Amino acid sequence: MAADSGTATGIGASPKRKEDFRFLTGRGTYTDDINRPGQTYAYILRSPHAHAEIVKIDTAKAKGMPGVAAIFTGADYDKGGVPCGWQIHSKDGSPMIEPPHFPLCKDRVRHVGDQVALVIANSIAEARDAAEEIDVTYKELPAIVSTGAADKAGAAQVWPDAKNNTCFDWHIGDKAAVDAAFAKAHHVTKLDLINQRLAPNAMEPRAAVGDYDRATGEYTLYTTSQNPHVIRLLMGAFVLQIPEHKLRVVAPDVGGGFGSKIFHYSEEALVTWASEKVRRPVKWTSDRSEAFLSDAQGRDHVSHAELALDKDGKFIALRVNTIANMGAYLSTFAPCVPTYLSATLLAGVYTTPVIYAEVKAVFTNTVAVDAYRGAGRPETTYLLERLVEKAARETGIDRVELRRRNFIPKTAFPYQTPVALQYDSGDYEATLDLALKMGGWADFENRRAEAQKRGKLRGIGISTYIEACGIAPSAVVGSLGARAGLYECGQVRVHPTGSVTVFTGTHSHGQGHETTFAQLVSDTLGVPFESVEVSHGDTNKIPFGMGTYGSRSLAVGGSAIVKAMDKIIAKAKRIAAHLMEASVADIDFKNGEFTVKGTDKKVSFGQVALTAYVPHNYPITELEPGLEETAFYDPLNFTYPGGTHICEVEIDPETGVTQVVNFTAVDDIGRVINPMIVEGQVHGGVVQGIGQALLENCAYDQETGQLLTGSYMDYTMPRADDVPSIKVATHSTMCTHNPLGSKGVGEVGAIGSPPAVINAVLDALRPVGVTDISMPATPHKVWQAIQSAGKAKAAE
Amino acid sequence: MPTVKMTVNGKAVSADVEARTLLVHFLRDTLELTGTHVGCDTAQCGACTVHVNGKAVKSCNALAVQLDGAQVTTIEGLANGDTLHPMQEAFRDNHGLQCGFCTPGMVMSAIDLVQGKSNLSESEIRAGLEGNICRCTGYHNIVKAVKAGADAMQAGKGR
Amino acid sequence: MHNFAFHRPASVADAVKAVGSASDGKIIAGGQTLLPTLRQRLASPSDLIDLGAIADLKGIKAEGDGITIGAMTPHAEVASSAIVQGAIPALAHLAAHIGDRQVRARGTIGGSLANNDPAADYPAAALGLGATIRTNKREIKADDYFQGMFSTALEDGEIITAVHFPKPEKAGYEKFVQPASRFALVGVFVAKTKGGVRVAVTGAGQEGVFRPKEVEAALANFSADAAKGAKVPSGNLNSDLHGSAEYRAHLISVLAGRAVAAAK
Repeated sequence: MAADSGTATGIGASPKRKEDFRFLTGRGTYTDDINRPGQTYAYILRSPHAHAEIVKIDTAKAKGMPGVAAIFTGADYDKGGVPCGWQIHSKDGSPMIEPPHFPLCKDRVRHVGDQVALVIANSIAEARDAAEEIDVTYKELPAIVSTGAADKAGAAQVWPDAKNNTCFDWHIGDKAAVDAAFAKAHHVTKLDLINQRLAPNAMEPRAAVGDYDRATGEYTLYTTSQNPHVIRLLMGAFVLQIPEHKLRVVAPDVGGGFGSKIFHYSEEALVTWASEKVRRPVKWTSDRSEAFLSDAQGRDHVSHAELALDKDGKFIALRVNTIANMGAYLSTFAPCVPTYLSATLLAGVYTTPVIYAEVKAVFTNTVAVDAYRGAGRPETTYLLERLVEKAARETGIDRVELRRRNFIPKTAFPYQTPVALQYDSGDYEATLDLALKMGGWADFENRRAEAQKRGKLRGIGISTYIEACGIAPSAVVGSLGARAGLYECGQVRVHPTGSVTVFTGTHSHGQGHETTFAQLVSDTLGVPFESVEVSHGDTNKIPFGMGTYGSRSLAVGGSAIVKAMDKIIAKAKRIAAHLMEASVADIDFKNGEFTVKGTDKKVSFGQVALTAYVPHNYPITELEPGLEETAFYDPLNFTYPGGTHICEVEIDPETGVTQVVNFTAVDDIGRVINPMIVEGQVHGGVVQGIGQALLENCAYDQETGQLLTGSYMDYTMPRADDVPSIKVATHSTMCTHNPLGSKGVGEVGAIGSPPAVINAVLDALRPVGVTDISMPATPHKVWQAIQSAGKAKAAE
Repeated sequence: MPTVKMTVNGKAVSADVEARTLLVHFLRDTLELTGTHVGCDTAQCGACTVHVNGKAVKSCNALAVQLDGAQVTTIEGLANGDTLHPMQEAFRDNHGLQCGFCTPGMVMSAIDLVQGKSNLSESEIRAGLEGNICRCTGYHNIVKAVKAGADAMQAGKGR
Repeated sequence: MHNFAFHRPASVADAVKAVGSASDGKIIAGGQTLLPTLRQRLASPSDLIDLGAIADLKGIKAEGDGITIGAMTPHAEVASSAIVQGAIPALAHLAAHIGDRQVRARGTIGGSLANNDPAADYPAAALGLGATIRTNKREIKADDYFQGMFSTALEDGEIITAVHFPKPEKAGYEKFVQPASRFALVGVFVAKTKGGVRVAVTGAGQEGVFRPKEVEAALANFSADAAKGAKVPSGNLNSDLHGSAEYRAHLISVLAGRAVAAAK
């Protein structure tokens, strides 16, 4: 297993990022920076209605507008629909309802922003001018946007096949055992929660350029994707029926993803398809307003949870009922988010012996919902940590003590939970203790008293969490409904002069793979950090890949690179043995040198590389020339990062404004390659979590189905002055089943933080009688809660 | 079509453009300076920030024709060959960027914010970055970078 | 945005002429509100007349009992002006908190007042201080100028040239921002003037900036506590995603109190 190298660029060090020079000088190449010769521009006319029949589309006038190359509607589109990548079965064994999702609507629009026509012109301005002249006659229909009301009688029906708008009605766990445990509970804590819908808002809006080459019959798609091979597979095989060898997908520099750029979007298919029709490249770039109506959104769960405790405060059973909003269509991974990425985490860090969860997924007239940073685990963590906090208040047991009493002890690993997962390692007491110390938990009451003198309400909140990532063992996810494997591919090409190019199927859109993977390779092969280049994002360069999401790049993609390097070293040892006239068994490799045991003979890695490509003195009958290896790594289990987050807030009771004044995150993410990058990942995740807790919300008008928060004028993005500096530490136990020991860090910040913030808000508001509040805890909502509590008190 | 003349990164440029051309599209499409990015359409995110006559402005919120004769500096005009501007260097040293998309605007804003000021507090820096949104970094390292960049600029290492 | 003919006149007279001869001409000052509107295709003027090249419209000077600010003076210049900071620090403070840094470099006082966005800051200062809006045709008292959201006393072909603010004894401005847009959810300008206490509220009113008489009455002796005690009716206030009318009413008295406490 890897260990810290102690060098300035190796494992455990924080060299500056290789990618930064180009980003800092404006030389990054994002999709919208790519222009192909003869390029046209696409504008997508989107539905202004949440639900309507398309009675008629008249494009005659628009087609005559200046610069227009073509206009297509649903009637023109002759290829397949966008598929879903995960199939869930309901309690009764029936498969989920999978409605068709064509890139251009045929006869009905099902959310504001649904795609009605594709206008292609010489400039984007001309395309937009022409789109305004398309005359669409709609017959408006009643719409349903509410998650909680979608399956109720009288709700508008989104799809004819989905009765009561139900996509699936799934469950997990032992219901009978849970019922029995509740029957003998000493105390039961109950809680209703909403995990509100969020817009991921990567700062780079999505874009796609389709380019068809008539000479070769090849298609190239440049797109803002976290996983170009997955797009090639989904779009090539299912939507456009283009075989892999005729389809190249390039995801160049990508400006943030957070999940929203995992999925295959129909705009990708449209520009690719249309580039063949108009025989010119077609570029589409989303506006931010368009992004709010077309990027998959996140969360949107409504849950009821009950926790049974015995007289000592031990959790004896948990039951949860969740309704999850899918939106109008099933996005690529949508069905697995509330089920296998969420309900399977309900044990949390606790020894709760029996758990039962029901999850109903519903269709509504809203933008599709899918994975957003954390994907299912933030929802579960929020539910559990709000519930545990409430149980502590109700039973009078100190909230830290109650958590400790129920922790899975560090001696209990591997630990089998009652909801399918087997945790490999962890030390929850250690991360808790460190966080309590760093967060100043012990002397908090002094700070509360001091704030009170200034007229402020101060509170502190905690969250002890676990998540499952590093997805995922292919056989396991296959048995759970995944329609793909979730291994990763790594290829290591050692060049004749000893420099190295690494090809990875993962994709970096901010995570710094070009640096982290170079550290790993530099250390392992003993070549200078500067001599390692990491390549990703192009299906014509990279053998294969499943991409970056679920905090998998290092744990799965890094492991594939390790496996490829193992093969490189094995071959190189045979070459070295030949050069030094020794037995392969006697060759050691360390710090870039091959030595023969018990002698002072040595050859450098560079000499071996050169020999591999100039095989004059070479075991040519036994060994092929060259030094390049590919490995596919399929993980044996999920990885399980966990930790403790502590938040301290101060509330102005006059205005309801909540200020986060301290935030501490102590995470167990296994082996750390680059601490600087790790801390950056935690900072970013925590601020997205604070955003969810206090600021962000996708609000739909319940009647019209219009998104009320459809731009940065109304959707509150965290800005620099909304958040504090963040105290970050890691306390690692190693992952036991991958060669690096790494668990993943991309999502922990967003998973652990929201309940810590809300628990702090509620701790601050307890003295004024407030016991519940929903996210986001905006100033208006906090003020209202204080007013209602005051009125309730006055009425007593 | 109106003709626009301006000086961009020290070079005189001139082009005929539609009157409706925003400065950011003039830079990106006409001059092929694609380092300046567009992250929103309501002039909120600041990814498109450039300097016009020495001051940070949102290039998505100005018409090219309004700026006839102006001096414009974009992210491409900051470094001196391979030598980064001290603010760029500070962003690299402090891991003040991840995906890099908001970065050009953030750096241009930061330089304007700290120019001629010394010892800005953390809260002044945070307030001063109000016009720029970053989704990756949580701002922690951006704030550190701006502070370090300001110190380096004060120390006379750069402009 | 739709295309338009662009004019960049060198004088107010030429600007008036250009507006007059356009079928649907629109004046652009700093453009910080107009351009996003055009980008969203919410307006499509035939002609844009840019005031940016008219040198007469810029500048800040002390005049009589107060200060005069040229219509095309950007917010950043007002915020950093020694004249403004010396005479009416609350006005400099207000200008320093409009939009963000980049917006303040281009947005202008004339543009803000001509547009009269119901959540803009300058209307609160103009009304709170009893300013006089000067145009190419006449002078208009602030009390007569604001006529409901996005509506003013300006006539066709009338262009703001400058704004005169009388120096108050004391004044303060407190803004509570709408968290997403950072426009004023509620902004309260308080001024103790020779003619008595004036209070102006932006962001909250259904008809744009207004003077809450309950708060002005409570502030006869300019006491922060008295302001906080004022009961503001919520009947004519905005209610939206970011705040109910009741919340806005409550914030008006809280912010009035804070503005009085901070007044200089």
